[in-house]
Amino acid sequence: MNPVKLATQLIKEKLPDVEIHTTNFPGGGNHEHVGLMVISDAFEGKSLLQQHRMIMDILREALREQIHAVQLKTMTKKEFQEKYQD
Amino acid sequence: MKEKIESLIKSNDVFLFMKGDKEQPMCRFSATVVSILNQLETDFETFNVLEDMEMREAVKQYANWPTYPQLYVKGEFVGGCDIIVEMFDKGELESVIKG
Repeated sequence: MNPVKLATQLIKEKLPDVEIHTTNFPGGGNHEHVGLMVISDAFEGKSLLQQHRMIMDILREALREQIHAVQLKTMTKKEFQEKYQD
Repeated sequence: MKEKIESLIKSNDVFLFMKGDKEQPMCRFSATVVSILNQLETDFETFNVLEDMEMREAVKQYANWPTYPQLYVKGEFVGGCDIIVEMFDKGELESVIKG
């Protein structure tokens, strides 16, 4: 499975309210770098490191082989609306 | 391994586990963090995980973090590239390092 789809699927299983925007950047060779913007109210009240840890924990196994590198942006739904919507 | 990792982390206020070294980073995420630390004109030490497979795995276990680079400030894990870029943009990284 394509790494972006895999990452998205894994995260949706654990964070049902999540909204994910993805990109993948060529990483050289056969590797792809997955870019994820993860929007969920599960991040409410958590520090940036805690938010990223949540996602890294979900992707841990996949990061051993299928996903070579991941770029993360995490935020709550309210933050997404404030920053990215009119 | 754990003692080695801990002694490295304590060897300098700002310590970076990375791919490559300061002069020659070997991945663009590591290069980004090095560039940010250079912009802050902060003194820092690095360890090249590409040169030691055992350490490369052990450091991931220790931090409970699956990727590189990994930045420690005053003995505490701060984060990987994405976190560092965001903290730098907000001015938070400078406070954490110099505070």
